[in-house]
Amino acid sequence: MSALVLDGLTKRYGPVTAVHGASLRIPHGQFVCLLGPSGCGKTTLLRMIAGLEDPSGGRLVIDGRDITTAPAHTREFGMVFQSLALFPHLTAGENIAYPLRIRGAAKAEQRKRADELLELVRLPGVADRPVSKLSGGQRQRVAIARALALSPKLFLLDEPLSALDAKLREAMQIELKQLQQRLGITTIVVTHDQREAMTMADLVVVMSQGRIHQAAPPMEVYRQPADAFVADFIGMTNLLEGEVTAPGTAAVPGGTLHLPDLPPTGRVLLSVRPEDVIVHPVGTDGPNRLSGTLSFMRDLGASVEFRIDVAGREIVALTRPQDRPPVSPGGALSVEFPPAACVVLPPMAERPQ
Amino acid sequence: MIRRAPRGLAEHAPILFPALMLVVFFVIPFSLMIAVSVFRRVPGGFYEPDLVFANYERFLTAFFGGVMSFSLGLAALVAALSVGIAFPFTYRLVKLSRGAQIRWLVFLLSILSLSEVIIGFAWSTLLSRTAGITNLFVALGLMAEPQSLSPSFGALLAGLVYQAFPYTVLVLYPALARLDPYLEEAARTLGSSPLRAFFTVVVPALRNTIVATTIMVFVFALGSYLLPQLLGRPQHWTLSVLITDQAIYQSNMPFAAAMAVFLVLVSLALVGLALLAGRREETA
Repeated sequence: MSALVLDGLTKRYGPVTAVHGASLRIPHGQFVCLLGPSGCGKTTLLRMIAGLEDPSGGRLVIDGRDITTAPAHTREFGMVFQSLALFPHLTAGENIAYPLRIRGAAKAEQRKRADELLELVRLPGVADRPVSKLSGGQRQRVAIARALALSPKLFLLDEPLSALDAKLREAMQIELKQLQQRLGITTIVVTHDQREAMTMADLVVVMSQGRIHQAAPPMEVYRQPADAFVADFIGMTNLLEGEVTAPGTAAVPGGTLHLPDLPPTGRVLLSVRPEDVIVHPVGTDGPNRLSGTLSFMRDLGASVEFRIDVAGREIVALTRPQDRPPVSPGGALSVEFPPAACVVLPPMAERPQ
Repeated sequence: MIRRAPRGLAEHAPILFPALMLVVFFVIPFSLMIAVSVFRRVPGGFYEPDLVFANYERFLTAFFGGVMSFSLGLAALVAALSVGIAFPFTYRLVKLSRGAQIRWLVFLLSILSLSEVIIGFAWSTLLSRTAGITNLFVALGLMAEPQSLSPSFGALLAGLVYQAFPYTVLVLYPALARLDPYLEEAARTLGSSPLRAFFTVVVPALRNTIVATTIMVFVFALGSYLLPQLLGRPQHWTLSVLITDQAIYQSNMPFAAAMAVFLVLVSLALVGLALLAGRREETA
């Protein structure tokens, strides 16, 4: 049975709906990232799971027990806040031992557990330091240790790494993932950084405007986006609007493409990643090619980026430097869309708003 | 911003005027008062220059000791009650919407603008037998007949707390507004009920602010001299009332001056303590 089930979880603030009926099953031991632009409702969803916001509708079930209305302090979930929320009047060790103190644990036991946890987050020997004397990265680790002090069933983190500089953030992403794997604890992280989500998550939940667009493993979200929002938000993509004119054939601006997965009729939206678009010199021929003119080109070292004008639309293509065709800006070329790389999405109008 | 000590006359100019005012209106009168406090009183007349400590010796009498300990006790009680009520109040206030906060603060400021005389008479009317709140209790059937609740110690305490409350809220407000609201939520996710989170996290995190505010309200209440006369009985008169009485009605300037010097020194010592507490909070 699933560890955590979100069943139509909704949050309304007056006329504004922050989260629209979020439904999700999270199995035990999964690392889940709630990913989306700011204001998409991901933090509100996390806060409802933590018990810090009352849902306006829907249910929250853990191991078969309904906890929709359970107060936060009875849930026994560990949470790391964006501001870290370390208690300024306590030392690092006292911060970590706070939940044990609240439960009336003996002083010696509190101290032992704090030392254990500091060891776990690789920060031994700082137990007696006031939190104001710790660096950003050290505070981060203390906050993580405090949230894990009671070996919670669920580990929740709200943009935990946003205050760190880029290099430390990368290192902490890997470390957090390793820590989660070692403990096997079900973890939910809120982030707006897709790179962070791709690094850490078993399951990426892409949200926008209060709705879950897709919940899938990172590579599936990248390779098989559920709709235009996901395709566009995760990495770079080319979106082509088209119309099915015959079985397996779609008319797009600048030509026609032959694709196996097309619906029998109607409008479609195609998503093609820049690295999948193949650029050919003009004059060569082949299937699924459109002709255009090169408007801009830049050599990024590891790859070369082309911006090609095809029937008034800009197509972005990335190639390896050794595959670069002999063409200069203003020159004509043809671009190929391999059928396997074209993801067919529902047309724009059907996108949930 | 460049932070360095001002150099030369030009850079010191902005503080020259306030410094001058402080000398003219505080240092000089206070020095005169210290001088007068060691002068000798002329019975039936005024006083003449001398260097006697008889006025200070009178502090050792039981009467003075009684008034002094009552004044300190009353000020301590007012401070404890004001902070005890204002702290939870302000904690709720900073969580309200910006508009609601502004309306509350304007309301509190308008109370601060009331003169002590108006507050005193309003409370004595409110607690009187003929027009007071007990008439409302009688109408509601809670009481058999209207009573006079003033003058009494309770009336005096209510009046002083009422006067000190807006002041206390305004002193606590910045510290509480700056407090990370996630501290309380973090405590809740770690197993504290909201009430327990308030006492184990919010109050200790602001311990020094609370200490400093309590001392400020204490000093504020120590100086009150009108409300004890309007709302209290003679046994509720504070040191400030005694000073007024000696200076104006008994014409014993030297003794009044000695008491005033003493009161100023106690107040300054407590303000010093408050500043010390505030500084510790900043470095923490």
